[in-house]
Amino acid sequence: MNTKLPLSSKKIIEFREVSFHINDILPRVVISDVSFSVSEGETVVLLGRSGSGKTTLLRLINGILLPSKGEVLVQERSTRDWDPIRLRRGIGYVIQDAGLFPHFTVAENIALVPSLEKWDSGRTAARVEEMLRLVGLEPGKFADRRPRALSGGQRQRVGVARALAADAPILLMDEPFGALDPVTRAELQREFSGLARRLGRTIVFVTHDLREALLLASRIILLESGRVVASTSPEEFLNHEHPEVRAFTACLDLAPGAPE
Amino acid sequence: MSEWTFFAEHRAEIFGATLDHLALVVVAMAFAILIGVPLGMFIVHRPALRAIALGIASIFQTIPSLALFGFLIPIPFIGGIGKRTAIVALILYALLPILRNTFVGLTTIDPAVLESAEAMGMTPAQILFRVRFPLAMAFILAGIRTATIITIGVATIAAAIGAGGLGTFIFRGVALVSDSLILAGAIPAALLALLADFLLGLLERRLRVS
Repeated sequence: MNTKLPLSSKKIIEFREVSFHINDILPRVVISDVSFSVSEGETVVLLGRSGSGKTTLLRLINGILLPSKGEVLVQERSTRDWDPIRLRRGIGYVIQDAGLFPHFTVAENIALVPSLEKWDSGRTAARVEEMLRLVGLEPGKFADRRPRALSGGQRQRVGVARALAADAPILLMDEPFGALDPVTRAELQREFSGLARRLGRTIVFVTHDLREALLLASRIILLESGRVVASTSPEEFLNHEHPEVRAFTACLDLAPGAPE
Repeated sequence: MSEWTFFAEHRAEIFGATLDHLALVVVAMAFAILIGVPLGMFIVHRPALRAIALGIASIFQTIPSLALFGFLIPIPFIGGIGKRTAIVALILYALLPILRNTFVGLTTIDPAVLESAEAMGMTPAQILFRVRFPLAMAFILAGIRTATIITIGVATIAAAIGAGGLGTFIFRGVALVSDSLILAGAIPAALLALLADFLLGLLERRLRVS
């Protein structure tokens, strides 16, 4: 179990009474009155069923969406006041299908944000090599490949390397291991939990898999229909009384082999 | 065969008409690309304009080509008899495949790729030129290829309004009931179309990603 302590108590992300609704033909509330904060160095896992609003919360952090009500503060500044491009360059982002650019090589994909930030080529190349080693890919073998020449697990490793390349203090991950086969997934989860501890970045991780949450989280925030129903340490989560928590832990009991 | 001796005797004329024909096609295609590709990029984020642009381009395609040439003759500046009118008509014909393929290519990109581009802090212009455009390139080229082949065919009709090219032989051949004359126009036109199709096909395959 992850016992990492926050490096400081400085709030790097804060949701203040945030609601978000889509103004379509039928207005739909996606997030209602959510408040929580993330301290520097924490790994917060947003857990919930499909449609509970997890991904929407991530998109509110990097300013792809702006709250309908309330404020989202990143590094003590509202996402409304940030230049969205500057905000996003400081936030790494990893999604389920990795979203690698098929017309870029692995090295070019990883170098994306450094190149947008106009790093010189020597520094960028050194960084790409460092990142590849960090995620367990041999630079000489992988740097010049195209994403289509990689396995799903390798693509996801490159996705992580790309998100880490520009030293963003915050990392958002949206079910990054969700599309992988169970063996590869377990492998990447284990490696990533070690990596996350070493790097000390602030991570907000979305999943619907409680085992994954227990493995990675320093805190689990459970969402149900756009509301926070629990925000606890992984240990407390297992003994929590809320029915939605129970619904999640019940799945754990059914599955063979409890988590470590 | 009498056709072969005919071709041999008139090879200079046939060659000249082929070059004229090619010039019509190249000029018309250059303009159609210069209009169609930027317009396709422009309508990606503008749904109202998109319907209008694609609608108008479709209408031009439904007008029979001979009629389109005819309609343009009385229009000032672009009309009249000759190459200029023919080129305008050819541009209007070529526009739809280029415009539509540019638009479709730019908008059928893996949503995960666009999502991460946006989330990594690329500006809309960077996303357009560094992600959407390179990924749409094979699609755009397929549109250009289709348009080129259409243009090579339609350009034969441009002879009806005095624009020259290989259509001159065909119209003369029809009037004189001479197969040799018709073939002297039709065969080079078909060969041009095949050649263009082959070369642009090669380029398209080289640009295709994934």
